[in-house]
Amino acid sequence: MSKQKNSFLEWIDKRFPMTVTWREHLSEYYAPKNFNFWYFFGSLALLVLVNQLITGIFLTMSYKPDASLAFASVEYIMRDVDYGWLIRYMHSTGASMFFVVVYLHMFRGMIYGSYRKPRELLWLIGMAIFFVLMSLAFTGYILPWGQMSYWGAQVIVSMFEAIPFIGETLHNWILGDFMLSDAALNRFFAYHVVTLPVLIVVLVFVHVIALHEVGSNNPDGIEIKENKNPETKIPVDGIPFHPYYTVKDIFGVVGFLIVFCGIIFFAPEMGGYFLEYNNFIPANTLQTPDHIAPVWYFTPYYSMLRAVTVNFLWIDAKLWGVFLMVAGVAVFCFLPWLDRSPVKSIRYKGPIFKFALAMFVISFFVLGWLGTQSPTPLYTLLAQIFSVIYFAFFILMPWYSKIDKTKPEPKRVTK
Amino acid sequence: MNKIKIFLLVLCFAPMALYAAEPGMPLDKAPIDTSDNESLQRGAQAFVNYCLTCHGASFMRYNRHRDIGWDNEAVVLNKLVMTGQKAGDLMVSAMRKNEGEEWFGVAPPDLSVIARSRGADWLYTYLRAFYRDDTTVPGWNNLVFDRAAMPHVLYEFQGEQRLVVKSVDGKEVKSLDLVKPGSMTVSEYDRYVADLVNYLVYIGEPIANERKRIGMLVMIFLFGMLGLTYLLYREYWRDIH
Amino acid sequence: MADSFSINNEMSGRRKFLVAATSVAGGVACAGIATPFVKSMMPSERAKAAGAPVEVDISRLEPGMLLMVEWRGRVVWILDRTPEMLATLEKLEPQLSDPGSDKDQQPDYAKNRTRSIKPAILVVEGICTHLGCSPVFRKDIAPQDLGADWLGGFFCPCHGSKFDLAGRVYKSVPAPTNMVVPPHVYLSDNVLLIGAESKESA
Repeated sequence: MSKQKNSFLEWIDKRFPMTVTWREHLSEYYAPKNFNFWYFFGSLALLVLVNQLITGIFLTMSYKPDASLAFASVEYIMRDVDYGWLIRYMHSTGASMFFVVVYLHMFRGMIYGSYRKPRELLWLIGMAIFFVLMSLAFTGYILPWGQMSYWGAQVIVSMFEAIPFIGETLHNWILGDFMLSDAALNRFFAYHVVTLPVLIVVLVFVHVIALHEVGSNNPDGIEIKENKNPETKIPVDGIPFHPYYTVKDIFGVVGFLIVFCGIIFFAPEMGGYFLEYNNFIPANTLQTPDHIAPVWYFTPYYSMLRAVTVNFLWIDAKLWGVFLMVAGVAVFCFLPWLDRSPVKSIRYKGPIFKFALAMFVISFFVLGWLGTQSPTPLYTLLAQIFSVIYFAFFILMPWYSKIDKTKPEPKRVTK
Repeated sequence: MNKIKIFLLVLCFAPMALYAAEPGMPLDKAPIDTSDNESLQRGAQAFVNYCLTCHGASFMRYNRHRDIGWDNEAVVLNKLVMTGQKAGDLMVSAMRKNEGEEWFGVAPPDLSVIARSRGADWLYTYLRAFYRDDTTVPGWNNLVFDRAAMPHVLYEFQGEQRLVVKSVDGKEVKSLDLVKPGSMTVSEYDRYVADLVNYLVYIGEPIANERKRIGMLVMIFLFGMLGLTYLLYREYWRDIH
Repeated sequence: MADSFSINNEMSGRRKFLVAATSVAGGVACAGIATPFVKSMMPSERAKAAGAPVEVDISRLEPGMLLMVEWRGRVVWILDRTPEMLATLEKLEPQLSDPGSDKDQQPDYAKNRTRSIKPAILVVEGICTHLGCSPVFRKDIAPQDLGADWLGGFFCPCHGSKFDLAGRVYKSVPAPTNMVVPPHVYLSDNVLLIGAESKESA
């Protein structure tokens, strides 16, 4: 029996590098043995991606990308399609959980210096995935064609009008109309179900290949490849990804599923954060809801957009707001070159970095919360203050990371 | 590292607490229970008699009422359907959209998912907060929804309320006074509205109770699975030293 | 320096058991999650509502006349057969593949020579059992294209299958079985319900 199996494998291997791939990426891919809680989120992001792809395909079977039918077709899925409600909630909850795991995955990179040399490109590919993910979320949120879909998209697309000279033309080109309408819904549907999913799958593949080229970082931020067993050439602190991290990740997946299913089955609206209440009102092109806010994962950047209230130099406030918002996302790309600390991991970084990181996290949450609120003078002031803190974390990093008092890194990974 | 986790956890839930404390028009808590089929059935009949004339529930099918104890289609037809519709039909309103616009200035919204956008408490308070106001076109106004286009359809039951504005510590406090009682007592009317709101919550998401039931089974399974995968993980990791 | 791990090649009993148990539980989980996805592709409530039984008034149906109604998007024929037409049924039986309607293509109450409840009135889905074309009603006797022994029946233009006036299939044609008689019931003498056997089970 096993001989038969081997000859079958040989047949395959002569035609496709199956065994080699298995070894290189799983059974003989050596990952540091000290991964902790934070290292679950990479595999979880992959899981959520698969969830989105599968549930998405099933949703397209019943969804109608037509302004006059879209809202009703979502309710059709929720009621008339057998288990359509489950598939829809898996997709809507999956969208929010995608951002939860991706934000935590990025935060892991920030605390352990995973963006540092030699992983700069890995980090940049990850940022590209993040941009595509945001586009996916944006185009997907339009599809139910509720009030928040409509007015949220209206606000975001109007930002393009802020661009000098070509703004209005660009705006009309993006929408295929002079305002958000059926034409835009139909093309955003095309992006959401074809263009962007293909892009994100390719980028995720490239991300994993890049990771396996440079090897995983770890909570100590030291390179395990620099310390190999002279006989076996295996890093002494490395263990095979399979079976050790596969079994650990399976455990992590089940833990995640408990949270995920808890939301799907018991709180699919998540208090109005995952499914906004106003999005249960069909889009009305003549009436903006009293209060519009983007979905929670965009609110930190939305706050920055609103924070700029003065014209500065020869550029008006609206365009500065757009700049700031884009910068708020793009600034992560520069992290590999902003961090000048001699150590990677927060375990060995000094008090200044820890303080700066804490301030950054607080500002991220405060901006996020402010983005869900109607603007008042006080809130706008708060948004301005915390936007400054947010950017200070990045802009001042070359300076404070250099003067910070660090601890020496160990030679071997610690528990 | 645990400090970071706790810190993040606190930050995650802080905005929810603030969100909940947001000030607004005080709403009465709707005394509803979507597992109470009798209440839902009373609500369904109230809905068909008094709402469906103008509002549709056009994502809801008549035969879906098997969820609330009317599992025989003949019973559903008998209890809910007045004109020649079939059991599988959607609950569309008899009124056409342009007629609604003509009569009320705005087409009456579809009520299938109204409870999901407005919330049960708002609906419960709204339907009990109509008062006479001769300055408006329908002759009625509402304490929760100023200048609502809808007249007080249930006024025969509730009677007629008038607005009373008092000044307490320099602040205007509005309340309603029942000047002409209707055919129901106040508690009867509250019960009637509660049944109707209960029904609106049900049609907002007819699967909700079933969803929670399936959810319990899924959770039990997943917790078992969590234990099993933990043991598997520990077993393999005995190799690591 | 030694490696940080020593692979336990000999799978211990405990390890084997845990792998097996987790695999079984994982298989159950996969089946559990696949079920709603598979089920979601079944006809929806809308499709079921559109496919609800239809009531047909046949009071104006004349002998020899074919009435077509739609049920579940399919054409259903209602044919009032004249005594001459009924007389052909017995005559043709040697040429038929399943004259006794032994194959399960009709409700029990239509398992008879006329394949109907009332002898004259045929209710049959107008779909060829070969590949789903809709046959043509050919009541003309001995036409040129169908030959001298044609006594009237249904002829499928797609692949040449032939059926008699009770929808029974001829021998040596591509269609394998008799045409399908849908569930139906007479609500009154002239009102036919197609798609259900009683008003309540509708």
